[in-house]
Amino acid sequence: MKIIAAMSGGVDSAVAAARAVEAGHEVIGVHLALSSNPQKYRSGARGCCTIEDSHDARRAADVIGIPFYIWDMADEFHEGVVENFMSEYKAGRTPNPCLRCNEKIKFAAVLDRAKAMGFDGVVTGHYARTEETDNGRTLHRAVDPLKDQSYVLAVLNREQINGAIFPLGDTEKVDIRIEAEARGLAVAQKPDSHDICFVPSGDNAGWLRDRMGSEVGPIVDQDGNKLGEHKGAYTYTIGQRKGLGLTVPTADGSPRFVLSIEPVTNTVVVGAREDLAVTSMRGERPIFCGPEIGAAPLRGFVQVRAHGAALDCTYYLDNDQLVAELDAPLLGLATGQAMVIYDGDRVVGSATICETA
Amino acid sequence: MSVYLDHAATTPMFDVAIDAMNTSLRKLGNPSSLHTEGRSTRKDVEDAREKIARAIDCQSSEIIFTGSGTEANNAAIKGLFWHSDKKVILISSIEHHAVLDPAHWLVEHEGAQLIEIPVTPDGVIDLEYVKKTVADRGSEIALISVMHSNNETGVIQPIADLVKIAGDIPVHCDAVQSFTKVPLSFKQLGLFSMTISGHKVGGPLGIGALILRRAVEIPALLHGGGQERDIRSGTLNAPSIVALAAAVEAKLYNAAEVASLRDAFEAGVLATRPDAVINGKSADRLPGISNITFPGTQSDSLLLLMDSQKVSCSTGAACTAGVHRPSHVLMAMGLTDVVSQSSLRFSFGSTNSQADVDYALSVLPDVIERGLAANAVGKK
Repeated sequence: MKIIAAMSGGVDSAVAAARAVEAGHEVIGVHLALSSNPQKYRSGARGCCTIEDSHDARRAADVIGIPFYIWDMADEFHEGVVENFMSEYKAGRTPNPCLRCNEKIKFAAVLDRAKAMGFDGVVTGHYARTEETDNGRTLHRAVDPLKDQSYVLAVLNREQINGAIFPLGDTEKVDIRIEAEARGLAVAQKPDSHDICFVPSGDNAGWLRDRMGSEVGPIVDQDGNKLGEHKGAYTYTIGQRKGLGLTVPTADGSPRFVLSIEPVTNTVVVGAREDLAVTSMRGERPIFCGPEIGAAPLRGFVQVRAHGAALDCTYYLDNDQLVAELDAPLLGLATGQAMVIYDGDRVVGSATICETA
Repeated sequence: MSVYLDHAATTPMFDVAIDAMNTSLRKLGNPSSLHTEGRSTRKDVEDAREKIARAIDCQSSEIIFTGSGTEANNAAIKGLFWHSDKKVILISSIEHHAVLDPAHWLVEHEGAQLIEIPVTPDGVIDLEYVKKTVADRGSEIALISVMHSNNETGVIQPIADLVKIAGDIPVHCDAVQSFTKVPLSFKQLGLFSMTISGHKVGGPLGIGALILRRAVEIPALLHGGGQERDIRSGTLNAPSIVALAAAVEAKLYNAAEVASLRDAFEAGVLATRPDAVINGKSADRLPGISNITFPGTQSDSLLLLMDSQKVSCSTGAACTAGVHRPSHVLMAMGLTDVVSQSSLRFSFGSTNSQADVDYALSVLPDVIERGLAANAVGKK
């Protein structure tokens, strides 16, 4: 097949591209420029899309022996990911921009452009597996549980999964570094990137305050009693305990946690730990990576964070919304996060959490 | 089959230049040394200087060898500015970055004031604008710099007329693209200074020259041994100088032949894509450069697709990260940023043949169709 290898400049995408070449594909390396004002150098493990990363990607492509180009996706990334990140926080939800990037950029803008140009698919360095089944191609967890990225890929629909190749899902990260070394790739020991690539400082709250201002508002208990003030409700996360700066202690001295964020009134509601407990969740705009499900309850797992636990649940579709009822309560779940349903290690689908109870 | 249509970026080295360079590389001697080996290498360098001077129609003592065209342009722009007590720099809006950037640097760091000369829709500088600016502010202008021909469009600029208008104001000319392609006489143009480069004329990389009138002594950028008139220090790069002279002396560039290939290509493009626009077509152009807008496409997609069909061409401008950017040249000609990013540069040279043109034209229709489709999904 003729495929585009999305190369970030990191070790994973470099090895993925090399493996795709070895599998007999005609591979062209593409680095996505996602910032219209890129930094020159990476600072530690944070961020990506610096000029240095683009040079690392080019060097890897040259060593592998494939053509290499840079695609400017800065506008698409800003509209589809960065603006969405801000508007979600503004609405009191907690988004995951990596998911949005996979959904809107890597397996949409890039895949669509690649297909229009005559390519068959996109290969990336994500840790996930696909399997060919009687029901078509399905998405599965990677064998390395610490690196598994099936959660952030669960926003891909069947057509997108059909256009995706994940050559690293069967290998542990430590072996990928050894393989990169053996292939002569200089990025073999480059640190993994963490956090959100467009927030290189790692300080999400500070980044949001810089762009959205910091309007002071009340922090209240569940009865509406004012306990303190905050500097911008959107910089708080459900379940957050630290940094609340409350001056009124609880009667028994127990800590308070953020229970909810009300963007319209710019209010942060806090309460006791047990009030964070959630036993069911509903998600809107469900996406199915494989066969669709119906209203009949099924047993499986739900995961609500990129590296969170797989929680036993019963799941079903109700009025076009995905519902998961948990066997055991979960503490602290924000709307806006993605709920991803697994059947064993197979990704059933995902939805954006809009309601918890 | 692979077809190289990017001669404006760099040219293949002529065999005569490679041979001359190889001979010189095996030879020992610093041209500034006083012993036998040194004198022998010095003779090679000065022979080369005279050959190049004949090709440029200047005196050999007016040639200052540099490490690149960029260095020569920097030396001229900064040197002429520092040489003067005036503050205004007048340059065309379509200059290469090797002129634009030192001029902007002087604005930011040395108190210069920059005035850019607009161009017509065909990419030719507006001489009326120059006349008016010289009339209004002539006494404040430290230097004028306009390229002999543009590297993106190939459009030739009216340098002789410009020099007349400039009067006593020093005029520098970046002639990197024009040298050996069209008649060029430093003396007849009446310039203060001019830039040429080795790798655009079948010579090696890493060698350029600033042609500077003998009476003009500008401050140096590089200080050291004072090798080149105390304006440029550094051990003379004898092998590259000798090779550049060999490339120039061989006169292997056949302008009429190159122009006919370019014309055949353009006719073929317009036959397949009647909506294509050849930028600067009605102006006087270099024989080899063709800049074409393909409406509704993005040139980085087209470049990838052409490259995968083994045809090498150029999108013009890219930033340091390698991201394709709208061309300041095409935008100065009045194109919007979207249209300017739908344009490709094809540049023909001595090694091309009609078979190259035929092959490039044979792959073009499919490339454009795919490019249109790729751009259409981006708009979704």
